Amino acid sequence: MTTAFQGIDRSALATVRRGLSLTPEFRRGLAGTLALAVVATIGKIIVPIAVQQTIDTGLKGSVPDVPYIRTAVLVCAAAVVLTALAAYWMNVRLYKSTESSLATLRTRGFRHVHDLSVLTQNTERRGALVSRVTGDVDQITTFMQSGGLMIIIAGGQLLVASVLMLIYSWQLTLLVWACFLPLAVALPRFQRWLSGAYTTVRERTGDVLAAVSESVVGAAVIRAYGSEDRTARRVDAAIEANRAAQTRAQRIVATVFPLTEIMAAVAIAGVVLLGVRLGLDGGITAGRLIAFLFLITLFISPLQIATEVLNEAQNAVAGWRRILGVLDTPPDVADPGEDGVTLPRGPISVTFENVGFAYPGGPQVLHEVSVEIPPRSRVAVVGETGSGKTTFAKLLTRLMDPTGGRVLVDGHDLREVRFSSLRERIVMVPQDGFLFDGTLADNIRYGRPAATDEEILLALTELGLADWLEGLPAGLETRVGQRGESLSAGERQLVALTRAYLADPDLLLLDEATSAVDPATEVRLARALEGVTRGRTAVSIAHRLSTAEAADEVLVFDKGRIVQRGPHAELVAEPGVYAGLYASWAATTGSR
Amino acid sequence: MASKVTSAIMRQGLAVLWVSIRAEPVVFTFAVLASGVYGLMTVASAWALGWATEHVVLPSFADGDVAGGTVAAGVALIIGVALVKAGGVAFRRFLAGVMQYRMQARSRREVTRQYLRLPLAWHHRHPTGQLLSNASADAEAAWAPLAPLPMAVGVVVMLVAAAVAMVLADPVLALVGFLIFPAIALLNMVYQRRLSPLAARAQQLRAEVSEIAHESFDGALVVKTLGREDLEAARFQAKAHELRDANIAVGRVRGLFDPMLEALPTLGVLAVLLFGAMRLESGAVTAGTLVQVAYLFTLLAFPIRALGWVLAELPRSVVGWSRVQAVLEATGSMSYGTAVIDGDSPARLEVSGLAYSYGDAPVLRDVTFEVPAGRTVALVGPTGSGKSTLVQALVRLVDPDEGSVRVDGVDLREVERGGISRAVALAPQHTFLFDDTVRGNITLGLPVPDEDVWAALRLAQADGFVSALPAGLDTKVGERGTSLSGGQRQRIALARAVVRRPRLLVLDDATSSVDPQVEAKILYGLRDAAEASTVVVVAYRMATIALADEVVYLEHGRVADRGPHEELITRCEGYRNLVTAYEREEAERAALNQDQEPDDELDELDELDELQDLQDDDIEGVSA
Repeated sequence: MTTAFQGIDRSALATVRRGLSLTPEFRRGLAGTLALAVVATIGKIIVPIAVQQTIDTGLKGSVPDVPYIRTAVLVCAAAVVLTALAAYWMNVRLYKSTESSLATLRTRGFRHVHDLSVLTQNTERRGALVSRVTGDVDQITTFMQSGGLMIIIAGGQLLVASVLMLIYSWQLTLLVWACFLPLAVALPRFQRWLSGAYTTVRERTGDVLAAVSESVVGAAVIRAYGSEDRTARRVDAAIEANRAAQTRAQRIVATVFPLTEIMAAVAIAGVVLLGVRLGLDGGITAGRLIAFLFLITLFISPLQIATEVLNEAQNAVAGWRRILGVLDTPPDVADPGEDGVTLPRGPISVTFENVGFAYPGGPQVLHEVSVEIPPRSRVAVVGETGSGKTTFAKLLTRLMDPTGGRVLVDGHDLREVRFSSLRERIVMVPQDGFLFDGTLADNIRYGRPAATDEEILLALTELGLADWLEGLPAGLETRVGQRGESLSAGERQLVALTRAYLADPDLLLLDEATSAVDPATEVRLARALEGVTRGRTAVSIAHRLSTAEAADEVLVFDKGRIVQRGPHAELVAEPGVYAGLYASWAATTGSR
Repeated sequence: MASKVTSAIMRQGLAVLWVSIRAEPVVFTFAVLASGVYGLMTVASAWALGWATEHVVLPSFADGDVAGGTVAAGVALIIGVALVKAGGVAFRRFLAGVMQYRMQARSRREVTRQYLRLPLAWHHRHPTGQLLSNASADAEAAWAPLAPLPMAVGVVVMLVAAAVAMVLADPVLALVGFLIFPAIALLNMVYQRRLSPLAARAQQLRAEVSEIAHESFDGALVVKTLGREDLEAARFQAKAHELRDANIAVGRVRGLFDPMLEALPTLGVLAVLLFGAMRLESGAVTAGTLVQVAYLFTLLAFPIRALGWVLAELPRSVVGWSRVQAVLEATGSMSYGTAVIDGDSPARLEVSGLAYSYGDAPVLRDVTFEVPAGRTVALVGPTGSGKSTLVQALVRLVDPDEGSVRVDGVDLREVERGGISRAVALAPQHTFLFDDTVRGNITLGLPVPDEDVWAALRLAQADGFVSALPAGLDTKVGERGTSLSGGQRQRIALARAVVRRPRLLVLDDATSSVDPQVEAKILYGLRDAAEASTVVVVAYRMATIALADEVVYLEHGRVADRGPHEELITRCEGYRNLVTAYEREEAERAALNQDQEPDDELDELDELDELQDLQDDDIEGVSA
């Protein structure tokens, strides 16, 4: 899959370095956390030391030296409590710093996605963008709080255990290392098997979800065509494939996991064998030998969790890479910010100068478009699907930048106009009336956050929608549901239109904004709009040519060019694209 | 109160586990046996170590000499026990997985079977997201405790064996164990109880953060065109901070309990050393026993926590299970009769006295009309008038609350299972394509020759773009047909309906995303091909209506009027308003151009409202 994001192929080390530079909250105080981790690790070797002391000193004579043992045990107990406290403190610090830094990273990523152009956003699937700021960040968190911590603890555990072992006997230490080394060397291979198996599981789980969602989303079609059994077979196949993949992964885990137990037993047996051979001449005592047996258990858990931790580490680096990919992708449609032009309020004029546009790597979709839209004029844009109408609209609202020529508003190049000013003065109503989960009032107020309920009601009344509002169960407090799905497609468009109208722009651009509204309502709405856009510049991309009939000027697009322009009455009389469009429209809608 | 609720959940949780044990008794038995082996061998490994200490290590340091046979026995004992233990662990893990995944798959199969069985009315009452999570997350949660369950059973075996071993070794040292191990188990339970509400809250917030991101990115165009990026970022940040705080709260509990759970067995070992030394003094125990008990403590400290894992998973499991159960226990599946409505000729359709409500809201009331065999009827009505619901009743996606739908005189409820879809085809308003090839989407598994598929595609004006696809009919359309445009998807859905040469063809605004020019061609083609079918078509475009022999005009769920288009347009105000909206607009504009006074426009608007009111009154009058 192609991606528009940068830095996806960065090396693991570079990724982590860049990632850490973006999370100052994490780096701050890291040294203190690590110091506490070292103290906490020492807790692990208290038992072997205590055992060794008890046997070698306390039980040396024929009679146990109970006072000595009591003192040793009390000292050790105090050390246990201290190291536990250090562990607690370390955990809290770690959670605070990782959570804070990742919340910041999440928010930055989220904001940056919104700063990217519509073009960049559309090259990635929506779900993939969402996981940049959710799942990917979670993977980093998981690693920092569990896997990464375990690496530190387990590494420290191995280190202090080895140091103590070396103090007791270098020969036995070598033996223990020799037993565990092959396992450590083989670990990356196990991890590759395992991560391969888990990748398959994830893919198959995705297949199951897709198959199940077909049986839910396509319920009507499945029933209407009696294809329940066929669907059930498809779902069963997906579920079975998923189960088989899960079982395969589990088999690998179940095989690899106990290997460490066996190696530990071999090490213990070896230590006993070699230990008694070395004997007192080899500088070893019974207590030290027995302490070794306890120390070996410290090797088991780090090796057992290692494959899992390696997996987590890999996921975390991949997560870093993906979110850095978003953050490091410069917005291709950038806000000039402070240096930009602020447009004064008042009717807007628009000029397209030899504007061309092509999607990256794609053919030219707009060629040499030059047109002037005077202030206060009402312009309709018509043409077949794919003729360049929507591209024209996106360039006019600067959702994209032209690849040739320039777009001017009130004489300023759009690229030099501050976003805050641009978005305030030019507002587009897209075709799909997207609504946020909330009330009707919330959604309309999105156009102007400071608007009162009275102002919202006024806007609805001015658009002739007061009757419609009255028909709604809870009026302005009606909940619209996720993506506005509790309303019909037509009703969503009504809300989207009111929202844009409330924003009070000087240029209103409608992109087939009433296509799903029934004809009677649409006609009423069109008349109301005629009234309220008086004094503003209005551009409508029209799917129904009745809109064109009402406009001051019609721009006819065909294959990325403006092929005709002028008032409806003139265009319809001359032979050309417009007359053809009009004829087929009349044939499907009316009886002319 | 709280403990009452919790013990109820425990009981339910154990009941859920019992269901799985009954479903997979063999796997469960072997998993538990393997785990029992693991438990026994864990205790045995401590005993082996104690034995080696007593008989090999200590004598060799004391006397400097031990028989080679004894050393070999010690080594064999240690390695042998470890091998058996590793085998136990391997089978325990593997079989636990087998059981968990089998149960998951079973629940998923049952749930989707039920989705396919339950009537559409049931589907309408449940949001898609919920149904999807019933089959995925809930089925997973329900069986999550199965992963640690065998281990937990093994731990119980281990504890009993350890208790026996300790008592046999020395009652006083055993006493230390009897204090420490219940304390660990108890502490762990407190831990899980404290943790699980916090973890659940963090999980909930994670979902909410994701929801905001989803919604916000879905609405990116709106956010951008209104310049609301800062507002959105603030909304997201607030939720991200809530999540951060919730995670830190989880971290505090983890950070507190994890070190305590580690420290407790360590303190136990220290106590064993102290009391052991005293017992050694009195000669009650040997040094080997001391090592054995201390070693046992270090070995048992971790597995004992498995009991807590099962308990921690139980509440989630109960919730998941009850959600899955709610689906499985849902009733209202459609019943079928034995009648057959197959045949080659167009069917006769009669709808009489049909009524339907969504909950308390009536959508259709007393709808009656008939379509003679081979004729075409247009269903016309404003948005929300009940057209789509009526269409669903015509193909028995829903059963009417009152009245009936009859095809050739047979009530659809009496038709045998699968009988309706052989005779009746629907092209719905919202196109749905399967993640399959173009051919698969059209035939849906029926043995249809390719010529017929192409003929259907030609009729749907889809042959052009399908033959241009890389693999033609064998091209995969992607999930929900995402690789095709809206108009293309609709045309494939239309081909799906016509390819089976239905006796009754129902088109629910099935060409709304198609360009007008192409739509006209489709409709002309259908008129020519329609002789083989009776057609019901939902529309408000004139060109579509022109195809029909008769119009049924619906308003507020009732048949407001019916008859040929020419008659309706003269006698039915509502109908006229709807289908001539654009024409009237043009006429009014022409009038406006002659007389530029803006007041006129307002007057006319008022007039239009009056007409609307009149028409509403008419309908009330009819219904009264």
